Amino acid sequence: MTATGIGASVKRVEDFRFLTGRGRYTDDIERPNQTYAWILRSPHAHALITSIDTKKAAAAPGVVAVFTGADLEAAGVGGLPCGWQVHSKDGAPMAEPPHPPLAQGKVRHVGDQVAVVVAETREQARDAAELIDVGYEALPPVLDMESALAGKSLVHDGAARNLCYDWHIGDKDAADAAFAKAAHVTAIDIVNNRLIPNAMEPRAAIGDYDTATGEYTLYTTSQNPHVIRLLMGAFVLHIPEHKLRVVAPDVGGGFGSKIYHYAEEAIVTWAAGKLRRPVKWTAERSESFVSDCHGRDHVTRAELAMDKDGRFLGLKVSTKANMGAYLSTFAPCVPTYLYATLLAGVYTTPQIYCQVQAIFTNTVPVDAYRGAGRPEATYLLERLVDRAARETGLDQVDIRRRNFIPNDAFPYQTPVALQYDSGDYGATLDQAMGAALVDGFAKRKAEAGKRGKRRGLGYSTYIEACGIAPSAVVGSLGARAGLFESAEVRVHPTGSVTVFTGSHSHGQGHETTFAQLVSGALGIPMENVDIVHGDTGKIAYGMGTYGSRSLAVGGEAIMRALGRITDKAKKIAAHILEASESDIELKDGQFRVAGTDRALGFAEVALAAYVPHKFPHETLEPGLDETAFYDPANFTFPGGCHICEVEIDPETGEVEVVAFTAVDDVGRVINPMIVEGQVHGGVVQGIGQALLESCIYDEDGQLLTGSCMDYTMPRAANVPNFSVGTHTTLCRHNSLGVKGCGEVGAIGSPPAVINAIVDALWDVGVRDISMPATSQKVWQAIQSARAPMAAE
Amino acid sequence: MPGFIPEAAAQAADARPAPLDLVLRVNGTEHRLTLDPRTTLLDALREHLHLTGSKKGCGLGQCGACTVRMDGKGVKSCLSLAALVEGREITTIEGLAQGDQLHPLQAAFIERDAFQCGYCTSGQIMAGVACIAEGHAGSPQEIRDWMSGNLCRCGAYDHIVAAIQDAAGATGPARGG
Repeated sequence: MTATGIGASVKRVEDFRFLTGRGRYTDDIERPNQTYAWILRSPHAHALITSIDTKKAAAAPGVVAVFTGADLEAAGVGGLPCGWQVHSKDGAPMAEPPHPPLAQGKVRHVGDQVAVVVAETREQARDAAELIDVGYEALPPVLDMESALAGKSLVHDGAARNLCYDWHIGDKDAADAAFAKAAHVTAIDIVNNRLIPNAMEPRAAIGDYDTATGEYTLYTTSQNPHVIRLLMGAFVLHIPEHKLRVVAPDVGGGFGSKIYHYAEEAIVTWAAGKLRRPVKWTAERSESFVSDCHGRDHVTRAELAMDKDGRFLGLKVSTKANMGAYLSTFAPCVPTYLYATLLAGVYTTPQIYCQVQAIFTNTVPVDAYRGAGRPEATYLLERLVDRAARETGLDQVDIRRRNFIPNDAFPYQTPVALQYDSGDYGATLDQAMGAALVDGFAKRKAEAGKRGKRRGLGYSTYIEACGIAPSAVVGSLGARAGLFESAEVRVHPTGSVTVFTGSHSHGQGHETTFAQLVSGALGIPMENVDIVHGDTGKIAYGMGTYGSRSLAVGGEAIMRALGRITDKAKKIAAHILEASESDIELKDGQFRVAGTDRALGFAEVALAAYVPHKFPHETLEPGLDETAFYDPANFTFPGGCHICEVEIDPETGEVEVVAFTAVDDVGRVINPMIVEGQVHGGVVQGIGQALLESCIYDEDGQLLTGSCMDYTMPRAANVPNFSVGTHTTLCRHNSLGVKGCGEVGAIGSPPAVINAIVDALWDVGVRDISMPATSQKVWQAIQSARAPMAAE
Repeated sequence: MPGFIPEAAAQAADARPAPLDLVLRVNGTEHRLTLDPRTTLLDALREHLHLTGSKKGCGLGQCGACTVRMDGKGVKSCLSLAALVEGREITTIEGLAQGDQLHPLQAAFIERDAFQCGYCTSGQIMAGVACIAEGHAGSPQEIRDWMSGNLCRCGAYDHIVAAIQDAAGATGPARGG
């Protein structure tokens, strides 16, 4: 290991600009002569638009233009496309209603876009928007999924019963047969609470149009600028790629919410072309709450069949998944291919059957949020396994060990499509138990009891599928895109290197981790390496960053391009040193003829590539610049064990997370410091889901949790001290052996927290607690359990 | 509600208050500005002085991303009107380092890896500097409580608290400020 190569906790290259206020985020960018857009949004959850009068707004001071859905329709602007098509179990394609960037005739959630005002200042645009006179005829809102299926009110005319699809996976008959043999069946009802991502940077977009070249530029807060270019250019605005540049500069957190193509991006780009002036839009936080895609929102019934020894025989799951009012870019795949395929978890359950109904409601669209489907699967499974242990009298740890996929079973084919390549679940659990000081728990619990507090210990042994994704596999499952990644490594004449990656960094530290890969492979100092991302004008192509794919897919593409650079450089070195190419070795930045002292430095070879005075041009091209596209052979399968210890004050219901231990298998670790930060972040979001966060609509479809004071996100005082470690088994199908670390924290942690609370309160008689386990809810559960009549 | 704005109110919206001439003292430099009197300090910094290090995470004083120091105290610049802070000494993230010499808390943020996406970082650092200067960095718990006005959605809190602790140790007595 070199000082900056693989395995070193190199300080981040990004740090200096962020620390000094020099980061450049979308809202920090100003274009000459720019105008400001303000979006008028629906105050109704569900209503017909009977009229729109924009005359007063158009005449207001500073107003440049006002546009409505009719204007976009007349201009031929298309709807926002969905990137994934799921088929129902009867073979029918999912209901895929249109999603116009500005509403046409009907609004479908509070916050739905109705009109846009473009003015000289943001304040003028906002003031003028209040002068738009919209006539609404309110319709009954469709809010909870059960009544949505009754179909009395329809979000979309084309989706009967408000059903998007009714999908399934697994062998139902085989699962039924397994249940028929069961010695015990455990059933559980689970709600996975709806979350609002709330990246600290609100979404923003600037459209720009160059009248000289006819080229559009969109600056946007995106995790995947090439995907936005493809979707917006090809389906919405009909602008060819060579006339559309999408730039996603520094982005202040995404967590999934900035994957999708949003209406505002298309609106400002189109308006910029129409008005021949740049148009800038920045969301206010209140808009983020009602227009950024939400996450989770599943209601599930699950049953686990076991034999007399507690071995799992079968699992049956039925889930209702909320899609919200429209299908966002990735939405249909989240409760299907990112959820149900994970239901084997780390266990050998031979038969699994899962049915998923995706349902439209008059709420903000729901799509992937950190973990996406996998947290829902993990929460369900780990709560169910915990309950099964309590019902059968088995120990929480023992029931897991009995059912772990053994180390000699890899590659392991699950009954729900995935094939796991590696893992060591027993060792991960052992390491976590050691770090969590499980042996001393009984003593700590007794001590807490003396103080009137109740302590609990909760486990979660999880797996996830990331490194998204093998194109052939996702293509067969309904993806309308490939999920490879590209990389270009450009060696400059004096030996410095620029890497162009299709991955996008919005907090993950790619500029550091990827530079470490280059430094390690070429033996050059990190400061000679620049990582460029987030600009379709510079980078050939890319699918962006989500699903913990950047290193496993984007990093692997870089490694392949580096391999080609090395091959070419060896060829050049061999020519200059008059040696055989096969005798050239690259070590510590020197190309050496093996076993001799004849060598060339990396910079000398680079210079020769661009000053090819004596090259045999028939066999050796000038230049040192290589591109690779990498399509993974399989998903990667990080996993691990999270152990949460809580202390509950039964008088107030307050839950304190006194210790949180995470041991994750993320494959080979390139930068341990960055991995630790990613795990911390994921766990904080997981604890947020478990204890604090919940999106609440009232009966009219108004969002009640629409500010940072109403929607409770973890703050410094809510977060425990962590014990974070890794236990590595290598991914077997990429050369780095990496699996991914961005989502493990958010996937593994929620069931550990809730299992700990149930553990603490089981003896009181509490059997279940739903997320978020607020003080009020915990206190209420304790009171109900203490008053048996009420509990019955 | 749109559609229910009476004519008079619509006209009132046109009647903009007269612009104000004022002098803002930011990072040791005086800036003469002519601003709508409703302009917040944050908007004055970002949109008129082009000091974009302070961020608008919510505009409501709920997230702390806009925190600056005013006469040495931490304030949320989205809740301060520019016109009311004339004559005060404003320090933003851009004015914290001395040239290339980072403030000890900035250096501690690097050492402790106290940030990821960087968006809340300016506010965290300015609040952290205030936390130390105003004497609230006596213990990790005190720091956690004091820093609870600053959201970090990347969840770097553990490291932020550690960085503030380190810097408090490096910059002298943590209490009594």
